[in-house]
Amino acid sequence: MNNQAPKPEKGTWVGQPLRRREEGRLVRGQGLFVEDYKLQGMLYLQFVRSPYAHARIDRVDVSKALTAPGVLAVLTGAEVAARVQPFIEIGPGAQGKVIDYPMATDKVRYQGEPVAAVVAESRNAAEDAAELVEVEYHALVPVLDAELALKNESLVHDQNGSNVVWHGNFEYGEVDKAFQEAANIVSIGRMHFHRFSSTPLENNGIIATWDPKKESIHFLSTNSFPAFAAQFLSPALGVGIDQIQMESRDIGGGFGIKITTYPQMAVCALASKQLGGRPVKWIETRTEHMLASAHGNERTFLDTRVALDKNGVITAIESRHIDDCGAYPRYEPLGCIIWAQVLPGAYRFRNYRVDFTQVVSNKCPVGPNRGYSRMQHLWFLERVIDICGHELGIPTDEMRLRNYIRTEEFPYTTPNGCIYDSGNYARMLEIAKGLVGWDGWKEKQKQARQEGRMLGLGIGSTLDSGTNNFGQARIINAFAPYSGQSKAANVKLDIYGEVVVSLGSVPQGQGHETTAAQVVAEVLRVPPDMIVVRPGFDTEHNVYTGHTGTYASQFAVTGLSAIHGAAEKLRAEIARLAAFVLKAKESELEFGVGKMGPEVRVKGTDRSINYWGLANLVNVNNAELPMDMADITLNCRYVYKAPFAVPDVEKKYGNLTLTYAAQLHIAVMEVDRETYQPKILAYAAVDDCGTKINPLIVEGQVHGATAHGIGAALMENCVYDPEGNMLTATFSDYTPITVMNMPDLACGGLETPSPFSYNGAKGMGEGGAAPLHTICAALQDALYSRKIIIHDSHNSGDSIFHALQGDSAKPAPAVHVERRA
Amino acid sequence: MSLAFDKVPLQLTVNGKPCAVEVEPRTLLVELIREQLNLTGTHVGCDTTYCGACTVLLNGRNVKSCTVLAVQADGSDVRTVEGLATEGKLHPVQEAYAANHGLQCGFCTPGLLMSTVRLLEKHPKPSDQQIRKAIAGNTCRCTGYQNILKAIRAAAAAGK
Ligand code: FES
Ligand code: FES
Repeated sequence: MNNQAPKPEKGTWVGQPLRRREEGRLVRGQGLFVEDYKLQGMLYLQFVRSPYAHARIDRVDVSKALTAPGVLAVLTGAEVAARVQPFIEIGPGAQGKVIDYPMATDKVRYQGEPVAAVVAESRNAAEDAAELVEVEYHALVPVLDAELALKNESLVHDQNGSNVVWHGNFEYGEVDKAFQEAANIVSIGRMHFHRFSSTPLENNGIIATWDPKKESIHFLSTNSFPAFAAQFLSPALGVGIDQIQMESRDIGGGFGIKITTYPQMAVCALASKQLGGRPVKWIETRTEHMLASAHGNERTFLDTRVALDKNGVITAIESRHIDDCGAYPRYEPLGCIIWAQVLPGAYRFRNYRVDFTQVVSNKCPVGPNRGYSRMQHLWFLERVIDICGHELGIPTDEMRLRNYIRTEEFPYTTPNGCIYDSGNYARMLEIAKGLVGWDGWKEKQKQARQEGRMLGLGIGSTLDSGTNNFGQARIINAFAPYSGQSKAANVKLDIYGEVVVSLGSVPQGQGHETTAAQVVAEVLRVPPDMIVVRPGFDTEHNVYTGHTGTYASQFAVTGLSAIHGAAEKLRAEIARLAAFVLKAKESELEFGVGKMGPEVRVKGTDRSINYWGLANLVNVNNAELPMDMADITLNCRYVYKAPFAVPDVEKKYGNLTLTYAAQLHIAVMEVDRETYQPKILAYAAVDDCGTKINPLIVEGQVHGATAHGIGAALMENCVYDPEGNMLTATFSDYTPITVMNMPDLACGGLETPSPFSYNGAKGMGEGGAAPLHTICAALQDALYSRKIIIHDSHNSGDSIFHALQGDSAKPAPAVHVERRA
Repeated sequence: MSLAFDKVPLQLTVNGKPCAVEVEPRTLLVELIREQLNLTGTHVGCDTTYCGACTVLLNGRNVKSCTVLAVQADGSDVRTVEGLATEGKLHPVQEAYAANHGLQCGFCTPGLLMSTVRLLEKHPKPSDQQIRKAIAGNTCRCTGYQNILKAIRAAAAAGK
């Protein structure tokens, strides 16, 4: 243990921009990612994937592959299906009829779906042999468009009889009355939120090892929600959930996309079992990742009508939404309800009606991509408010101010029972305007317009709802056996007095090790570098609950609450023990670091005992300890329970998330008159995530999320051709944002502490949606005078060119204003 | 279509140490580095020479080691991220990334460090445009590049 005396700055560690402890190993290239592991006797698995989006499988011949050098086994979809149960489906009814096996059996449903898996002694041998597998397909008509999917002319899952997997009506307030009384009604035709993926730089990876003696299976993987994956794997593989051991180490980014890898995990597990328990490794290539890992949800918005009063205040919205979840629902249909965490966005309207449908298609299955399901909805609301502002001639900043929830209204109960904790959206707008130089750009815009240039300013208001209530799944499936939200942590004094924190979270760059140490340091008055943190999901060695994972912007709230609770418990035990040893009252003790390391002392004296002494008394020298102290273990587990109730399933009403971080972005964009390329001239990002635990980490998350949004708005798009071939199946085609396309960000912040978390923090990190609506709003401002309505979340030079030519494949929606007052 | 070719002997210097290896002709430099030499700091993020996670210095120039055959590196000097720190002390570029939170998951970092080392060897006082160009071939999905730019400017200001 490090015996250096501490130099606590300002007497506090929480809230300080401490350098991350993760950096040390990562800048040395000593991170340990799944691909880096080599185990004794390890084998390599290679999938054979479908070149078709939709086809019947007539024949699979693996005989040549089986005799290729180094090959030990080839599994076909049919063989796998004979050895597992189909995965459970979260949804009831139509979705419940979907049959989802780890590999295709009767037909393939998206390009890249695995039809066979080759296992060999080396990666090269597996790849070579995979080319020898012969598959005969009979191509079927692919379903590639959500609206066409509704016609059921071609079925993705034949036994379902329909491509619809979920449908629900959401209605709150008095929608019809609001429309009757409206001064203005704006109708907006089809709008569309495109498919993209935050594509973590590390692809997925799995090493599965079957233990024939214990009949258990160990996974070392990149999965970022292992507790969830285990719940799917257990019934499918027919093993108890306690026989599934999950482990994760360093993960090279996730953003939600690494949550739904349980089908690949199942195949690796079966292969290891078949081969007597040799470890089976699968490392995804980038093309496999683009084709067949997960994409974000694609959503289409139809028949939108907006009721407004004479001042442009929205009183009601009604609409029809169709979500496309790709070939298999998997994590879905949770996305059909999760948007409702932010049902009114940042706005005050009370009357809302949406008819929500989810369909399957012959595209890659979706997964919960950063900003999951809320960003689609927030983009929709921001388009609505923006288009209404333009149509009614109300400046877009003024339009928002008239509609924002007021700061004095917090905690604010939304029409569907969610409770927004705190915020000040108007103030954030003011800060962002200052940062970007709003008034100056407005002047320049006038000038530019006179010169015929297309320059616009756009505002995007975004909420990042954090700490979800799994009870919302009951709205989808009343029998879902889960609800609420929890996280576990363990803080202990180890046998030689080391402070050891075990998390069980699954960080992928969010700095959990650092913030965990900061929190414990604060409670024990010991500097963070004297605290050992064991991160990573590990069912054998770390703590976890069924909710453990990294998702839903929550670590600063749930993870740190659990750590704080455990540290407080430990502090209480230490105090009781030290009071006995030092013959003092607990109130006379103080915590800190002395010459012999971390210690407890009697205030104003030199009587103290260090952590080694305390640990020794419990673990080694315990005859000196009286029996009435035998309950002290110095090993404290705490489970944080978020204060949720189960929502009202009938009314679809209840609190769905605990905290509401907010992002207010402003972009200034210009469309080049010759190339039609949209270019960002200035960009401001203001973030409010309540009290910051480590401002450095918060800032990093803001930057990263903003880059994802800018990339998605202008570059990144999962494009399929009419046959269902993915045209963006490599990075070179998909073009993730590089430094050349990334503007300098003018960042600012506001802290409205959450009253619902012990530390005032709000979970954050998913503000990735913000640039999508901000950029769309800026382009709208630039192009409105040319009668262009921005109706797609992805805009490129090409799409803007066609819009201006009036020959777009998907023309702009009709917008109609009915003025009644 | 079994590809059993004779192995090819190679001699190269890796992080200052001479090494002799035998590789299949199709082996990529990154495979040699990761699989045979067990230097797993160099990463693979794509298969189309886009992401730069695999960047190493080959005879002083930054290259994407997924797009160089191992046999092409015969007789060459290769530097990887593992060769940057000396006697446990971080290289100034590593120090600058760590001090400026120029990384999150750290998967892109080894490649970015090598591109930065090369940039500062070539242009000790780089302009902003030179910095951006130097890392244009390195994708980072986590940081939005803001703190990477900051780290590179800091490393340049620190004199190396
Ligand atoms: S792995 Fe070499 S450029 Fe992506
Ligand atoms: S830090 Fe994760 S990709 Fe750069």
